[in-house]
Parts: sequence; C-alpha cells; structure tokens
Amino acid sequence: MSGPRTSDQTNEPAGRRRYTPLLATHDLAVSIGGKAVVRGLNLALHPGDRLAILGRNGVGKTTLLHTLAGLRAPDSGEVMLSGQTYAALGPRRAAQLRGLLPQHQGDAFAASVLETVLIGRHPHLSRWDWESTADEHLARAALAAVGLAELAARSIHTLSGGERQRVALATLLVQQPQVYLLDEPLAHLDLNHQIAVLELVSRRVREEAAALVMVLHDINLAAHFSDQALLLHGEGEHELGASAAVLDAARLSRLYGHPLREIRDETRRWFVPEMPK
Amino acid sequence: MNRSRALLVIALLAVAALASLLLALAAGSVALAPGEVWAALLGEGKGGGEGMAVDVVRSLRLPRALSAFACGGLLALAGALMQVLLRNPLADPYVLGISGGAAVGALAAMLLGVSAGFGLEAAAFVGALAAMWLVFGLARGDGSWTQTRLLLTGVIVAAGCGAAVALMLSLAPDQQLRGMLFWLMGDASQAGNPIFVLLILLAGLLVAMFFARELNLLTRGPLLAGTLGANVGRLRLVLYFLASLLTAAAVTTVGSVGFVGLVVPHLVRLALGNDQRLLLPAATLAGGALLTLADTLARSIIAPQQLPVGVLTALIGVPVFLFLLARAPKVEQA
Repeated sequence: MSGPRTSDQTNEPAGRRRYTPLLATHDLAVSIGGKAVVRGLNLALHPGDRLAILGRNGVGKTTLLHTLAGLRAPDSGEVMLSGQTYAALGPRRAAQLRGLLPQHQGDAFAASVLETVLIGRHPHLSRWDWESTADEHLARAALAAVGLAELAARSIHTLSGGERQRVALATLLVQQPQVYLLDEPLAHLDLNHQIAVLELVSRRVREEAAALVMVLHDINLAAHFSDQALLLHGEGEHELGASAAVLDAARLSRLYGHPLREIRDETRRWFVPEMPK
Repeated sequence: MNRSRALLVIALLAVAALASLLLALAAGSVALAPGEVWAALLGEGKGGGEGMAVDVVRSLRLPRALSAFACGGLLALAGALMQVLLRNPLADPYVLGISGGAAVGALAAMLLGVSAGFGLEAAAFVGALAAMWLVFGLARGDGSWTQTRLLLTGVIVAAGCGAAVALMLSLAPDQQLRGMLFWLMGDASQAGNPIFVLLILLAGLLVAMFFARELNLLTRGPLLAGTLGANVGRLRLVLYFLASLLTAAAVTTVGSVGFVGLVVPHLVRLALGNDQRLLLPAATLAGGALLTLADTLARSIIAPQQLPVGVLTALIGVPVFLFLLARAPKVEQA
C-alpha cells in the first residue's frame, strides 16, 4: 500500500474525530475473482463528506461500492454504518441508513415512473402498509428535483437512458438515506444534467448532514465535487486522501496509464489527457 | 393505486368468481335454473325430482367446480410468482419441470395398475416434488443461483420428463392409454374433495401476500431489492418452494392444465399493472374463474361427452400467448 494518507488519522479535522462516522471501514480487504481490489482500507466519512472513487475499468470500483453497501462480504475487515456492522443492523435498518444507485436499472416489467420512484419508500413502510399520500408527495418532489415532474405517469419503458438514470436517482432520494452510494451516477447524462445531478446530490448531503461515496469517471467533476478521493491502482493498491492533495497529474497519469496534463487558473484546476500526435 | 382501490378491484373479481361458480353449478347435461341451484345448495332434498337436482349439484358439480376454481387459482398464483422469481413475464408454473415430474409419477402409477384416487394423486405429488428437488439441487450447484441457471435446469428436467412420459405412453396397454392422455391434457372430472386444494390455495395466497411488497422490489432486480432491505436469498427460496408446491397441488388434482398460469397473470398485469399486492390476489381469482368456466364448457359443449379441460385452456391460451409474444419485443425496445 502506498500513498500519502491511508487512514482517517490525517485527512480529517481533529475536532470531528469524537463523533461516530456515518460510514467507516476498518482494515478492509476486498477481492473479486481472486484479484485484490483493496487491502487495509481505513475509511471514515462524517456528515457532509463526499468521497470519489477513481480507477480503471475492471479494477473493482463497483465491487468495493457493493461491499460498502453491505451487499457483499469483505475478505477481511469491517464496514461500519453509524458505528454498527451490517449484520447487527439487519437489512431493513441498513436500508434506512444507506442507499445505492446501481449501475444498471432492471425493468423486466412495465411500471409508471411514479411507481418506480415510490419503491424507494420500502424501508420506511411496515409490512402491510401501502404508500401514503405523504410518500407520494415525497416521490413527486424527488421527480421535480431531478427535472422529471411531468413524466410521473409515463411508463419507464418509454424513457431515454438519461431519463431512466434520473428516475433511479429520484428513487434513491425518496429513500432518504444518510449514506449515498452512487455507482457511475453520470452514466447516460448529458453535460448540463451531469453538473445538475452532482449539485443536487451535494446539496442533499450538506443539508441532511449525510455522506456521499461515488464512483466517477470524470476527473474534473470528481475534483470539484468531492472532498476526499480514493484511487484504486489495481492489485489491492490504493491511495486515499483529500481530493486537493491526491488528485495531481502524476498520480492520475499513473492511475489511468495515460499521460495527463494539469491546467490551472487562479482558483481551479483541470486535468486534460495528452492527445496522440 | 392505493389500498381502497385495490380492495374494490378484488371485490369485483370475487363477485365474478362467484358468478362463474354459480354458472358451473347450473350448466351441464341437466340444466338447472338459478333458483333450483340455490334450493339444492341450501335446502334438504325434499324428495322426487328435486332429489336429483340436489344430488347433481351437491355431489357432482359443486366438488368439481370448487376443485377447478382452486386449481385455476393455484396455477395463476404460481405463474405470477414464477414470473417474479425468473423476472420473466413469459415464465409459467410448468417451466421448471414440475408438471413433467407429476406426469411421470402419475403415469408410472397408472402403468403399475393404480386407478384414479388417492394413490394416483400421491404418485403425482411425489413426482412433482422429485422434479422440484432435482431442479433446485442442480441449479444451486456452487451456491450461486442465477435465473438463467434455474431456467435452463428446469427446461432440461422438463424435457427429460417429456421423454419419460412418451416412453410410458408407448409401453402402455391400449385400455390405459385414454386415461393417461386425459390426465396429461388436464381433467377435472377425477378431482376428489376440494377442501384440501382450497386450503392450500388460501395458505399460499396468504404467504405470498405477506411478501408482496418485497416481491415488488424483486421485480426491479436483486441488487436494488437488496439495497432497499429485502433478504433476496431467502425471498427467492420462499418463492421457489411456494410456487412449486402450489403447482404440484394443482397438477395432482386436475393434471397438467396449460396456459392458465401464463396467460392469467399476464392479462391481469396488462389491465391492473404490476403491483404484486393487487396482482397476486387478482390473478388468483381470475385464474379460478377462468378454469371454472373452461371446465364447465368442457363438460357441456358435447355433453354427455367430456373434453379434457386442458385442451380448452390451451385453445384459449395459445392465441393469447402468441399475441403477447409478438408484442413483447416492442415493449423492450421502447
């Protein structure tokens, strides 16, 4: 393991260490198909924290995210949600605390957009409950937040890829978790919606004192919309730290196996790939 | 869709189901007026001509109609559950080889000289359970349990059962062939006391309703269901065993009646949407009503001759299935 900071001791303000993190991992090791994704990962996300996970295709970003979501057992180490393991919480309580935006949406059967969003209320309803009008208001508000208010009655099979992705985000919003886990939230979205979605999620996280973990492919959006970054180099090697420190041209060039150049003005930085001659 | 609207729909379907049962009691080689049916159901036989009506209604038509109703409900419910389990709207209760297993059991018993009755039903039920365990054990394999693997194993086991059935038919003496063919095509005339299947139907529906909202999650895929708090592994096991047992109970009682389990949930889904809390009870009632009507037709079209009811449901089911199949790709692409 390499990197400037690999544990929570250095990358968080001292005053917050007393609180239980919303999401934490202790010495986490994850592998898939005999290939290590991370080893010895110590993560601590407090209210308001936003972590971006970057890495090449197939390095195990989704596998790690699913492990953080408790949907997959780690090889060793622990994932703690508000100080408790998933086993102690049970699936229903866990679903009230953390939500996942999956990479693919499975729509085997037709359903309306509103029904699809209302699914997100499941962990908050008891077994024989039906969704109340309050739940429906929440769902319509979430649809409005992702700019799809007028599509509530449409069938999900008629939506475009980008619209379907925003419906999935709305489903996650009505789940009202404290930890948002987003797997490629920008897939299928055009540029204006990419920015709008990241702004929306960032605002949610700030207002609700939640935490955010997202797998991103756009380095510049990751640099702007995250406070911490986790780089997965493959073979279990990772670097974790404040985005401002960890994201630099040298590390990113190594991460993606392609030379990148940093461009900056007074306040911002951009990373652009070197173009072949 | 909310609870009160769902209850209204269920109530309307229940009325339709009752109407189908009354029709089944009234129609047949001896046609009865509704008043006569009512009197026969309620009153003690007052002798003479009325005694025959009481006999026909109470000991012939009522058990048969109730059996047909229960089995139609069982098949439709099992079909709806299988469609959620395999996340495929074209799955049916027989896709996992259960009716094949039951047929092998029943035909083997007939070959050995067991005549209709408890022995035959027991053999069919054992055959269905054996097919179920075989599919489940093989599909489980290394512990991962994908829909594709389950489906493939089921299809292969069903094909094997089909071969065994063909073998037994070719070996069977002529005088047994007709009974075997009737059993294979589905036949409610041999159904015994309907109480048992009705109880299984009620219990199965209650269990299914207990998990209904989690089934809604499962239709969106195992990953999303897991994130939203469903225990996906346990849920799939419950679905598998419940759907298999319901199918086994139906096949044991009326033989392999086709298409009810495929077409009824599909039609209900087209009309009422895919909320399992409404779909499951609605499909159960509609399936019951459909098989009751089909059985009534089967014994009255060329009365006193009887047709196997499975032939009628297939004659209705095949065009509907083809229609749905032709529609399906358009929905996927849209």
